Amino acid sequence: MTRYLLGRIGQAVVVLAVTFTAAFLLLQVLPGDAIMIKFMSPEMGLSADQIAEIRASYGVDRPLWEQYFRTVGNFLVGNFGYSIQAGVPVSHQLAVNLPPTLLLASLGFLAAIVLTVILATLSNLAGMKWLRAALQSLPSLFISVPVFWLGIMLIQIFSFQLGLVSVISPGPVERLILPVATLAIPISAPLSQILMRNIDEVLTQPFVAVARAKGASHIWVLARHVARNALLPTLTIAGVLFGELLAGAVVTEAVYGLNGLGGLTYQAVGNHDTAVLQAIVVISALAFVTINLIVDLLYPVLDPRLGSKLGATT
Amino acid sequence: MSSRETGGTNLDVLEPRGRQVLRFGWATRLRHLPPGLAASWCLVLVVMLWAAAPDLFTGYSGTEGVPGEQLRAPSEEHILGTDGLGRDLYARIVYGARYSLTGAFVAVAVGFVFGTLLGLVAGARGGWLDAAIMRLVDSMLAVPSLLLSLSIIVLLGFGTINVAIAVGAVAIARFARLARSEVVRVRRSDYVEAAFGSGGTFWAVLRRHVLPNSLTSVIALAALQFGSAILAISTLGFLGYGAPPPTPEWGLLIAEGRNYLSRAWWLTAAPGVVVVLVVLAADRISKSIQRTAP
Repeated sequence: MTRYLLGRIGQAVVVLAVTFTAAFLLLQVLPGDAIMIKFMSPEMGLSADQIAEIRASYGVDRPLWEQYFRTVGNFLVGNFGYSIQAGVPVSHQLAVNLPPTLLLASLGFLAAIVLTVILATLSNLAGMKWLRAALQSLPSLFISVPVFWLGIMLIQIFSFQLGLVSVISPGPVERLILPVATLAIPISAPLSQILMRNIDEVLTQPFVAVARAKGASHIWVLARHVARNALLPTLTIAGVLFGELLAGAVVTEAVYGLNGLGGLTYQAVGNHDTAVLQAIVVISALAFVTINLIVDLLYPVLDPRLGSKLGATT
Repeated sequence: MSSRETGGTNLDVLEPRGRQVLRFGWATRLRHLPPGLAASWCLVLVVMLWAAAPDLFTGYSGTEGVPGEQLRAPSEEHILGTDGLGRDLYARIVYGARYSLTGAFVAVAVGFVFGTLLGLVAGARGGWLDAAIMRLVDSMLAVPSLLLSLSIIVLLGFGTINVAIAVGAVAIARFARLARSEVVRVRRSDYVEAAFGSGGTFWAVLRRHVLPNSLTSVIALAALQFGSAILAISTLGFLGYGAPPPTPEWGLLIAEGRNYLSRAWWLTAAPGVVVVLVVLAADRISKSIQRTAP
């Protein structure tokens, strides 16, 4: 077990190191000198000496390997460099922009889970066959909807047509309703696809037949016997969904004009502010790797069948 | 293709799995086509025709408006109405198909070619090369796809083709992973071992036996990625990283329609519905290909 643990952590560290190096090469080395691009323009009226001074203050006049190792060291202590456009430390920008995005993403994820459970339950309980089929095909539809378009359509329907959610000076809760819904719908799609498949699989298990034979109703079987067994494997894609969640948050923030990581990313791309982008890329990779590591390590704890080598096989 | 699939068909004889439909002629198969799948193929065909010959489908220009016909509601003259500059929306969607489809094709081609190649080499060679390639793939998957695309766009600059390449680069990791697992599966089969045993060289066995037998799932993924590429390209177009404004790219149409949301909601709704339908069709086709995979 210790060996597995160490191996798994080592793998995660390797993935992070590769991501960091690739991001460094892709965003700092290949695009050329961002400082030259900003300060070389004639309007700035800077002399060659002054530019050299600025370059030295950013440390880009040093050899590449030296820059690389200094960047590694800086990242390890939480110093992500300076945003060249805004002129403030990237860590400050992140400190301001991360909390709202985290709030939006976690609310979106929670809403997605609720929506998934409702969808999966209804698609199993609905009386009419056509209704069940319709509910089962909903996730495919959700996955095919562009997030930004969904956001605009929700504004159109709920704010402009029905007037349910105010767009002009909304309250703190009202402001988040539509963005959370926009984020939750596409995230719920892969979740419910997997949950529906798992429920179908678990329903064929012998213990379900036993429970039925003892006279349990369908709802009882679903709630008491199937839910736990079907929900657990759904957890494994939580890590994969993190990327979707973050990307969805970026687009959602752009649509609703919310402040957050999305706006920061959007500006960084527009301004070629590679230091900001590199920090965001590396941090999201760190989050992705960590979540997957936790899921992998937690899974045998939650499902004891996986921990023991001699357990019953399905 | 069929002559190379001897290994695959032999396996079929050994384990019949209710795939007898495949033995009938194409006419029978066409009649047994599920209606949803048939509709999906029709839709994709129509959109491809839009891209190939847009002037056959509409008399209006995709980029030039008619003065005095701004913001008309959908009518007989303009099926989907006109936008703020008097341009027919249906014509713009038809002309825009070219940008969205070309982009999606480039993206899928980039992902398919590089990803399959990487996965093929990793799965067939094994050892340290396999480990190195797969760690690279892992780290590509660790970065959210949108962020990865944006990083590549920062590097390459804006524009339709650059956006397509950025979207395709994201797909490389997915193709590589699938291709590798398929190759590893096929490699373990007896006929590949026999081919190596009877003196086949590495690349010859790869080309004649491993590749054809691992390709079906990869092609299904390509169909699926085609849909996701259209989604991703429209997202990047909406954010303004794709083709510049007069271009009727679908994501850009939605972005422009948004400015008239309260007065003319159909300007936003219609292009979005087209995107959803195309992506749904690609998803449906991908599933049908996946079902024929061994």
